[in-house]
Amino acid sequence: MSDVVEKKVEEAHPRGDDPRTDVITEKVSQEEIEEEKKGAAAQKVVDPDYLFLKAPREKQFITGSEAAKEAIRRANVDIAIAYPITPQSETMQQVGYLYAEGYVKDYYRAEEEIGVMSAIAGASRAGVRCLTATSGPGLMRGIEQIQAWPGGRLPSVLLVMCRVINAPLAIQPDNIEISFLLNSGGVVLHGENQQDFYDYALAAFMIGEKAEVTLPVAVAVDGFFVTHARGWVSTPAENMKLPPRECYHEAVPMMDNENPPIRISRDAPIQKSNFISYQMHASWQQEVWAAQERSRKWIDRWLGGLVEVVNPKAKTMIVASGGAVSQAREAVRQSTEQGLDVGLIKVKSIRPFPTQELIEGLDHAEKIIIPEFNYVGWLAKEVKSVIPRVERVVSGPRVFGGMSMPTELIMEKITGEYK
Amino acid sequence: MSLETIKVSPGFEKYLPKEYQDLVDDGPFVKQRKVSEMGSFKEAIEEHPMCAGCAMTLFIRLTYVALPSLENSVIVGTAGCGRLAISQGAVPFIYGNYGDTNAVASGLKRGLDIRFPNQEKDVVVMAGDGGLADIGFHAVMHSWFRNEKFTTIMLDNEVYGNTGGQESGMTQKGTVMKMAPLGKKGEKMDMIALAKTSGVAYIARVAPTNPTRVANTIRKAVLIAREVGPTYIQAYTSCNIEYAIPTPLVMDDAREVEADRYGFTEYFTDEAKSYWDNTGRKIKGTVKK
Repeated sequence: MSDVVEKKVEEAHPRGDDPRTDVITEKVSQEEIEEEKKGAAAQKVVDPDYLFLKAPREKQFITGSEAAKEAIRRANVDIAIAYPITPQSETMQQVGYLYAEGYVKDYYRAEEEIGVMSAIAGASRAGVRCLTATSGPGLMRGIEQIQAWPGGRLPSVLLVMCRVINAPLAIQPDNIEISFLLNSGGVVLHGENQQDFYDYALAAFMIGEKAEVTLPVAVAVDGFFVTHARGWVSTPAENMKLPPRECYHEAVPMMDNENPPIRISRDAPIQKSNFISYQMHASWQQEVWAAQERSRKWIDRWLGGLVEVVNPKAKTMIVASGGAVSQAREAVRQSTEQGLDVGLIKVKSIRPFPTQELIEGLDHAEKIIIPEFNYVGWLAKEVKSVIPRVERVVSGPRVFGGMSMPTELIMEKITGEYK
Repeated sequence: MSLETIKVSPGFEKYLPKEYQDLVDDGPFVKQRKVSEMGSFKEAIEEHPMCAGCAMTLFIRLTYVALPSLENSVIVGTAGCGRLAISQGAVPFIYGNYGDTNAVASGLKRGLDIRFPNQEKDVVVMAGDGGLADIGFHAVMHSWFRNEKFTTIMLDNEVYGNTGGQESGMTQKGTVMKMAPLGKKGEKMDMIALAKTSGVAYIARVAPTNPTRVANTIRKAVLIAREVGPTYIQAYTSCNIEYAIPTPLVMDDAREVEADRYGFTEYFTDEAKSYWDNTGRKIKGTVKK
């Protein structure tokens, strides 16, 4: 590292350790906790519009895990439950400190992910604001319960720090796990960087708890690239937090025995073989997916839309989500330098899927490139399933198993030098 | 929930079924009913689709009579015969995923404690031997290790009745069942011993031969769970279908099994014993915090 860079890092990161490798692993002392308790007690509830869109912000150079922590600090979370797994642990142990400091009311390390996701299902039914997070194999382990959350109409926020799930076992970044969330009925957002991890995670609570939505929201980022690397994140001051969950303003009654008439079996088993049962289950599913659609207006309002478009009229368009967006941005920059006409659509929301935005935003495109951090190309499949003239799509480049994505791979697809 | 909340608003009487009004006017809410009164008041469960002569149904009915604050209770269950009856009860019932009861109850109880700091909400898990000892085993054990304050009731019919008679971890060794065509190889799981090892505050093993004792045991378990820690009741609730017990002989079987290997036993930790002797047993009627 050059002296100049060294000095800049020193200024940006006063602890003086190496921002490329350092992760926040030091223990928080009792004195620090006592000091923080004052901060938690002094937090004031503010309007979500103000917190998300208007409050003055300051920039910090922090990891994705720290960005998530800052979102949770301001989210007025009642209960956070998690089981450690790399690369999620960093965030959830930080949330433990938030609990010790009074920002989160209850918190525990559960037995494993089925236990975690089940406990979240119980806590959400009690009407409190819930948070959990997991990665790769942990998501797979908890997915039986996660798939049941939307049908249970259980608002909660699930942070997903993506990593490899297939054998041979690895902890490296790879976002194939998002494909397993696409058919659950819940909202799925995919953040590009540390800033998105802060913004999406915080907005997720309010989106999921809206009466017309009443659904869990998963916020995924690519593990390590986002969670363990630093980036500039602008956040409002610490002394503000979201309003608490208003559980009586949601789509279903709470399981708190405060709702007349006395008897509620909200999750009645519909297992009889008759047409009433079929109809009940079918209409319930339709309502879950309709609720997911209704989250669009809140994603538009608080996250600036389901997509972001760069160079909207370019003949070659890149479509990407997550960390691939950053690589695509660099490819667009290099293309412009070389006089090539290349644009980008960043897909922020995978569910609901920006069908109309993509049909319109890609209508003029002659070539569509979809770079991904996974083997199966789930985003390419999703895009191809909604746009006309799919022969325009050049799937890939794809990297997986922990590989990084050199911009050259995208440039080769743009110039057609390699297919 | 107070009785005021569930009362029918004036003018709406004719729109609500008589069943509902009976529950409000002469039901099990707010005042603790006794087993000896059964038949003279509107019970929380009456109609159900359980098999004729099912001992589990009797036990579930007794549970609804025994719970010390029915209007502030939530029951958590999982797949199995029991939920067919429990979902008919006049108390919120969470029917979650397979084997998730004690994890769901952990989150639920903690959530209710946050929202209702001045009102005790009783969470009671009621599920079968398969749901608790097999598929839900890890969640049961860890809810005990974490000292979660709710009651777990195992409806032990020693078989997977709902799926058609497969052996479970709680089936007796040697029993020939579906999925154990040569007889079950392992011993019946000793969940009582596991509960002791896990630090469960109050543990009871009971057969439904003495309804008043069943009711007292359930009440005791729920009150101790509020103040001390997890409690566990393991109840012999035979499956007269899969074990081919003639319907009129179901209670004879219960008495035989009780005499042979399912005798009433209860166990307290020192803390639970002290709480019960000094405070819990003196509480009369329904209880508010």
